[in-house]
Amino acid sequence: MISDHDIKQLELKANDIRKDIIEMLVAAGSGHSAGPLGMADVFTALYFNILNIDPDKPEMDERDRLVLSNGHICPVLYATLARRGYFPVSELKTLRKFGTRLQGHPHRGTLPGLETTSGPLGSGLSQACGMAYAGRMDGKKWWVYCLTSDAEHDAGNLWEAVLFAGKYKLNNLTVIIDRNNIQIDGFTENIMPLEPLKDKYEAFGWHVIEIDGNNVQAVIDACNAAKGIENRPVVIIAHTIPGKGVDFMENRFEWHGIPPNIQDVGGAPDKLHQAQEALKELRTLGGKIRSEHE
Amino acid sequence: MSDMLNQNAHLNPKVFDEDVEQVPSRNGFGEGLVLAGDENPNVVGLCADLTGSTKMQAFADKFPDRFIQIGVAEQNLVTIASGMAAVGKIPFTSSYAMFSPGRSWEQIRTTICYNDRSVKIIGSHAGISVGPDGATHQAIEDIAITRVLPNMVVIAPADSIEARKATVAMAKNGKPTYMRLSREKVPVITTESTPFEIGQALVLYTGSDPEKKDDAAIIACGTMVHRALLAAKALKEHKISVRVINCHTIKPLDKKTILQAAEECGAIVTVEEHQIYGGLGSAIAEVVSQNFPVPMKIIGVEDHFGESGEPNELLEKFGLTVDTIVKAVTQVLRMKEK
Repeated sequence: MISDHDIKQLELKANDIRKDIIEMLVAAGSGHSAGPLGMADVFTALYFNILNIDPDKPEMDERDRLVLSNGHICPVLYATLARRGYFPVSELKTLRKFGTRLQGHPHRGTLPGLETTSGPLGSGLSQACGMAYAGRMDGKKWWVYCLTSDAEHDAGNLWEAVLFAGKYKLNNLTVIIDRNNIQIDGFTENIMPLEPLKDKYEAFGWHVIEIDGNNVQAVIDACNAAKGIENRPVVIIAHTIPGKGVDFMENRFEWHGIPPNIQDVGGAPDKLHQAQEALKELRTLGGKIRSEHE
Repeated sequence: MSDMLNQNAHLNPKVFDEDVEQVPSRNGFGEGLVLAGDENPNVVGLCADLTGSTKMQAFADKFPDRFIQIGVAEQNLVTIASGMAAVGKIPFTSSYAMFSPGRSWEQIRTTICYNDRSVKIIGSHAGISVGPDGATHQAIEDIAITRVLPNMVVIAPADSIEARKATVAMAKNGKPTYMRLSREKVPVITTESTPFEIGQALVLYTGSDPEKKDDAAIIACGTMVHRALLAAKALKEHKISVRVINCHTIKPLDKKTILQAAEECGAIVTVEEHQIYGGLGSAIAEVVSQNFPVPMKIIGVEDHFGESGEPNELLEKFGLTVDTIVKAVTQVLRMKEK
């Protein structure tokens, strides 16, 4: 059991990561805002509680593998890895700059802690399936996690992997879907409806857990519960609020693919003050930290 | 005429005989994969519902725990393989070339080549000699789309024995590798003793005394190597001496052997069962034009899709014949004289 104190510490950590995200996006001048902010709690729960990893030994064989399939939310991955000790936090400001290890979409190569290259959507789950299948062949104890977006489920390759994991009963694989309901052109249910998503996964032979993805405790509990499910892959549908923590970004698909301070967006401060407002809000917590709120 | 064969190549003594044994190159892959599987327990086989015709069945029978049926899902085929390679496996994936690398190209680019993972893409039924299935199943763009990818190795073996050796070799090369195979039987050109090394082109035939320079070089890959040899033999009867090079590895290209041919022969004809854009001929032209320009002709399918028909009818229609090669050699000789 994790204590209330520890949960609060994780929530504060997630908030630090959100501030990093805003700062790195402003420094980069391009990139995605809503998804990374929405997933900060999931990343914090995984990297600071769930995953068996060692930043000093990023390639150790027994590490759990986390595949980020929707590579465009990499600011949250980079910020989390830096906060976890894989590389200096100061490096975050090199995001998307010439010569950086923090490529616009993640590239496994020079940056420690990355398991794969991703960006083109729909291909991460099958790589995670390949890892899980091979790990099981060799009797490995490590676990495979795959983070995907909801809109990524428009892609055929992803469903090929869902079929595969169902057929081979990959019980060392946990998938977390960022169910934030937005994509570049609008709301997912308008662009290409995904519901009933839970029923679809169950029909493919998966065990489904639905949670509030902005609740660190719920994420931890779901990941631990997933490990107890035998003979089936597990998908955690994490309902998140895109832009979480910054009022004027929350649930606005306009913030999917842009950073603060680039353009005026309805309901947001003028473009010169967006980052300033966002950071102010995050610094004062703005009532966003769940354990203080309750 | 067999005395003009390069003795170091140890070719099949029956290579010019009417009754030379004919075997599809895909059979050699099937044998090679079993050998590779014997040698290394990390070798695994993945197939997209074409286990019999891509000749992966022997591996699946011998190593059922290391064979994975993917179903008709080529994007999944290569990305599952990419994930397995990430954790130490050496995955061989097989399908028809039109589907993989055809349909699976972006996944190969991003998850295999950019990650530099040792996944083997086996594309069978390449070329128009697939025959009756028609253009939808005739991959004549696969060399172009694979050789353009950084980190990728591209191999088009000339016969079944070479395909077997290439399979065993690529299991050890640690690189993303594409191998194109043919459905149709092709004459067995090489023998057990023929040298094979990835990236090392092999001179099979010289039309003149080794001390003297040949009039032209024919550089071929895959199913066209035997026809190149027949063309060289026909040209010899017209007192034209030709060097035939089996360029089984299109990437990395054996620049030394290619440029030596350019310098010593002064004219080059390339032959491939592939589009003239982006394939072997383009690769040779890129090297020759920038280092030692000589007259060249590129023989291949000229910006066209294939169609249904018997293999030889199609090869004739699209100009992949001994006659075409002979004519192209006489053309480059005229260009050379100017």
